Amino acid sequence: MSDGFAYFLSFLAAAIPAGMPLLLGTLGEILTEKSGNLNLGVSGMMYMGAIFGFMGGYYLDSAIAMLLFAFLGGALGALLYAILTVTLKANQNVTGLTLTIFGTGLANFIGENIMLNSPSMTAKVSDELMARITNIGIPVLKNIPVIGNMLFNTNIFVYLGIGIAVVMGIYLNRTRMGLNLRAIGENPGAADAAGINVTRYKYAHILIGGGICGLGGAYVSFITCSGMWIQDCVGGLGWIAVALVIFASWSPYRALLGSLVFGALSVVQFYKPAFMRGISDPLFSMMPFLVTAIVLVITSIRMRPERMQPKSCGLNYDREDR
Amino acid sequence: MEHTAAPAIELRGLTKTFGKVVANSNVNLTVYKGEILSLLGENGSGKTTLMNMLMGLYRPDKGEIYIDGKLANIQSPHDAISLGVGMIHQHFKLVDVLTVRDNIVMGTKGNLSKSKADKIIREIAQKFDMNIEPDRKIYSLSVGEKQMVEIMKVLYRGARTLILDEPTAVLTPQEITRLFDILRRMRESGCAIIIITHKLNEVMDISDRVMIMRKGEGMGTVVTKESNVRDLVERMVGAAIDISIQCPDVNVGKNALDVHKLTVLNSDKVQVLTDISFSVSQGEILGVAGVSGSGQKELCSTIAGLMTPSKGAILVDGVDIAGKSARDIIKMGVHMSFIPEDRFGMGLLPSMNIIDNMLLKSYNTKRGIHLDRAQAKKLAVDVVEQLHVYTPSIYSPVRMLSGGNAQKVLLGREISSNPSVLITAYPVRGLDINSSMTIYKLLNEQKEKGVAVLFIGEDLDVILELCDRVMVLCGGKLTGIANTKEVTKEQLGLMMTGHTLEEVRANG
Amino acid sequence: MAKGNMPIHVTKRLDDESRMRAVLLRIAAVILAIAVGGLFFAALGFNPFEVYGELIKGAVGTTMARRMTVRLCVPLLITSLAVGLAFKMRFWNIGAEGQIGIGAIAASYIALFHSEGMPKVVVLILMAVAAFVAGGLYGVIPAYFKSKFGTNETLFTLMLNYVAFYTIQALAQGTWKDPTAWGFPKIARFSSNAQLPMVLGVHVGWIVALALVLLVYLYMNKTKQGYELSVVGENENTARYAGMNVRKIVIRTMFISAGLAGLAGMLQASGADKTLTESIANNVGFTAITVAWLANLNPGAMVIVTALFCILTKGSDTIQSVYNISPAAAEVFQGIILFFVLGSEFFIRYKVHFAGFISKKEGGKVK
Repeated sequence: MSDGFAYFLSFLAAAIPAGMPLLLGTLGEILTEKSGNLNLGVSGMMYMGAIFGFMGGYYLDSAIAMLLFAFLGGALGALLYAILTVTLKANQNVTGLTLTIFGTGLANFIGENIMLNSPSMTAKVSDELMARITNIGIPVLKNIPVIGNMLFNTNIFVYLGIGIAVVMGIYLNRTRMGLNLRAIGENPGAADAAGINVTRYKYAHILIGGGICGLGGAYVSFITCSGMWIQDCVGGLGWIAVALVIFASWSPYRALLGSLVFGALSVVQFYKPAFMRGISDPLFSMMPFLVTAIVLVITSIRMRPERMQPKSCGLNYDREDR
Repeated sequence: MEHTAAPAIELRGLTKTFGKVVANSNVNLTVYKGEILSLLGENGSGKTTLMNMLMGLYRPDKGEIYIDGKLANIQSPHDAISLGVGMIHQHFKLVDVLTVRDNIVMGTKGNLSKSKADKIIREIAQKFDMNIEPDRKIYSLSVGEKQMVEIMKVLYRGARTLILDEPTAVLTPQEITRLFDILRRMRESGCAIIIITHKLNEVMDISDRVMIMRKGEGMGTVVTKESNVRDLVERMVGAAIDISIQCPDVNVGKNALDVHKLTVLNSDKVQVLTDISFSVSQGEILGVAGVSGSGQKELCSTIAGLMTPSKGAILVDGVDIAGKSARDIIKMGVHMSFIPEDRFGMGLLPSMNIIDNMLLKSYNTKRGIHLDRAQAKKLAVDVVEQLHVYTPSIYSPVRMLSGGNAQKVLLGREISSNPSVLITAYPVRGLDINSSMTIYKLLNEQKEKGVAVLFIGEDLDVILELCDRVMVLCGGKLTGIANTKEVTKEQLGLMMTGHTLEEVRANG
Repeated sequence: MAKGNMPIHVTKRLDDESRMRAVLLRIAAVILAIAVGGLFFAALGFNPFEVYGELIKGAVGTTMARRMTVRLCVPLLITSLAVGLAFKMRFWNIGAEGQIGIGAIAASYIALFHSEGMPKVVVLILMAVAAFVAGGLYGVIPAYFKSKFGTNETLFTLMLNYVAFYTIQALAQGTWKDPTAWGFPKIARFSSNAQLPMVLGVHVGWIVALALVLLVYLYMNKTKQGYELSVVGENENTARYAGMNVRKIVIRTMFISAGLAGLAGMLQASGADKTLTESIANNVGFTAITVAWLANLNPGAMVIVTALFCILTKGSDTIQSVYNISPAAAEVFQGIILFFVLGSEFFIRYKVHFAGFISKKEGGKVK
């Protein structure tokens, strides 16, 4: 194996996990948008998942509690959003933005309190817990050359992310409930008339979507930050996830590809080849955002009807609207 | 009439209010198994509200619903469906990007086995002689085919009572005949059918009994055979009114609108109008008939400067405006007005007041940056007074007005600019009889003033009565132009499905 | 879960509800939010009344504090006016953050490299014009793509925020790095020629902001362009029908909207920070969205809402030093207020009936 190829592999090995929080955020938002709700609060829900998951790991020292709390944290944010937009029919854009403000504030607020109460003024989960979360090898498969170590000897979130993507793809395209959900996203009036409980479906999928975003947040606090709480850790990830939904044109499978591309973009600065050495780091940090903007323009120029945003997305459904 | 059959549905004392508007007040209705009941009433008389309560889409403020003799607690369409009641809505409740099969099975229990679903669909289709292709996408279907999917959806769920809301509004006469055949077959198999309509000849044709509604109240039920059109109108409107539409004789002048070989592509590069040529003279109303989606909308949009033709010319008073934007047309000093089909979607500004709506076409006539509302305010007062617009004040947002009053505001503004060509797309859609008559009167007034009027309509009876000539569009092509006194409704129906005038006349 | 099973049901208000009612409901929502915030503080073991007292005292208790609060208000008020213009056109400009940054970069360019040898007034006017134009052009990019291809402006403007942020960071680490800062990646302090003068203890930006409130009000309500942008916001089809050039209006309005945000960036850099830092916008672009929305896009109401938000922000700095409560509490609190106001909108638009009970009772009487 040549040095260049090995270097590329290590780049890829870094890109996959770097794309994971994006993948989870994107999957959560795909599920939400399929129900006809555009939730711009992905960052907020990721923050809530990050801090709740962190508390689960920090206080209970359990991987299960960490994942459960992270999911619930994201779902809690989604619940606020669902009550306001589904039941109280508030503007989805403003509600989502508010959720981002609220979630960011809440995570930083709780995080700072945890740090202040720790003797060292920092908060970090136990190394033992970290070991249980990372480097989980799947017997046999992890021994496959080249990809084995990359895909089958990695952290718990990578398995979760890929698993959720596959399950969601099957759910949306092959099951009756998935069909009902797609119908709601396209035309809630038609779904309602067909006897589908629109409110219940919206709540369920917005909440689960939020929970998945929450898992993406936990990725940030446990893997990106190595189990240490860092203020403002999620940053703009949630927004890239929202944009990735468009890149993936609402398909969980294409989200896998998209998150890999964007993961690569976000780590390329650490693997930059010689001719790029002169470019400063902030310009590399800018890359995912700039590329997202370009992707937005390109996808808006050419679109097929099956690959467009669910038609009712952003509009609240009111059965008695006259 | 004696009813040996049991009642399928009984509504007792249903009441529903929206804000201050009483949509239904203490309405009773009974429909028996194996009968077709027409629910007749004007727009806004509460027919659809009543049926939406039966379907669980609205919750009644008061009253009870009995299905098969048992008190039913209907909270949602799901409940209504499981009690065997199904509704075919006027605006189809279909998901465009899904297949016919997916639309039929969505919301039902059980797993998603294609072959199983297809088998049931085939059986039902055979029983009632329907034609359904489960694998097609809804957006590729014609209006008539979509309606078949809606009916299949309801039957697939095992409905024994069917409600059809204005099912014929968008169909050709031939499609209507087919639909009625299917409905009669359902009646024979013991289904109860409620058909909401305001077309009197259809009521006489299809129904066993007629229930009439007016202003949210039930006006009694009559046996169809023992009644007649005049009697029904009187019960529906509440007074003996003249529902004949005038077509005054006017000396026609020179051509005000000339369209030559017009060809238009839409944004997907699909040809939506092909080689259309016609003209409208001063003092003439030219009707346009056709199944919806035959190119009427594109014809209006292109003349109004909202779409660009790929070929052809449009002359207004001899000036070619083809390919000019609405802005250019105004700047060129061409006097043309356009009443679009969806007045709140285009033409009016729903959340702005009447004054700001009056400003729309004239705000830019003066120089400078200042917005002058004085003229518009005067115009608003004039329109409200002269056209009898019922509104709290000229400062009320237009969305608060009823359909008829909003249409008067729009028409008032457009007429005030003294157009030489007036294009109207479905101007009476959603209006009650009195408002419709007012609109027809206003159009005739314009005609007598020497305006050339293009009238896109859906009710062939109205087109034949109101217009001097009628042209028929089918699939973006012109199938013929005829004098309204020399053509029948059936002939128009055939032309709407692609036969040319010559073919139709040759076949007698 | 199904709404129908609850003994409550709602109907849309069709009547034109009184404005007073809407205002009262919003105020009630804010009061409720303050109460919930109080519970939040109580749960942390503080006396909420003391915390709120301290918060207000910290924001307006002393001359110094008042000046600081007003200084916070300047960029927020101008940016609220800016996004308000775009929102009136139903253009979701959430890129004010980036437009502030780009405006500040343009102003800083003049301040750092062209401020010598010119009268102060000329330098400041040049800086303001540069900021307005640069910010405006930055806003025109998403406007152009939106009007040409329908590109989603919410996400596009958002991405541009980050592009602007990292551009400033790159400048601070690269070509504009202050050589006298011992290798620290920061930009040099502006020369006094490029700093805004003070009026009543606060930089002159506050007068500019108040003048803009009046100008924007007049623009929106008394000019043809203001009418055009409201028509486009109401319905693009109708605008086209009326012969309006929708693309031109969208681009023009976004130029003005983003230009105002850029100007806010210049005032902040020149008046408050005296230099350019990557935190120039400091979330003002996002807060402005909520201010504009809470004020119902009314410029006058934006003054009041801005003042309230700045009191909250300044005051939460104080309670941090007094009670050791994280300044993130201000964000949480802001979120809570907004959640309540968003919820209250429902009761402005809908009437809630407890119909289940009534129909059961009266249901027996019918017949």
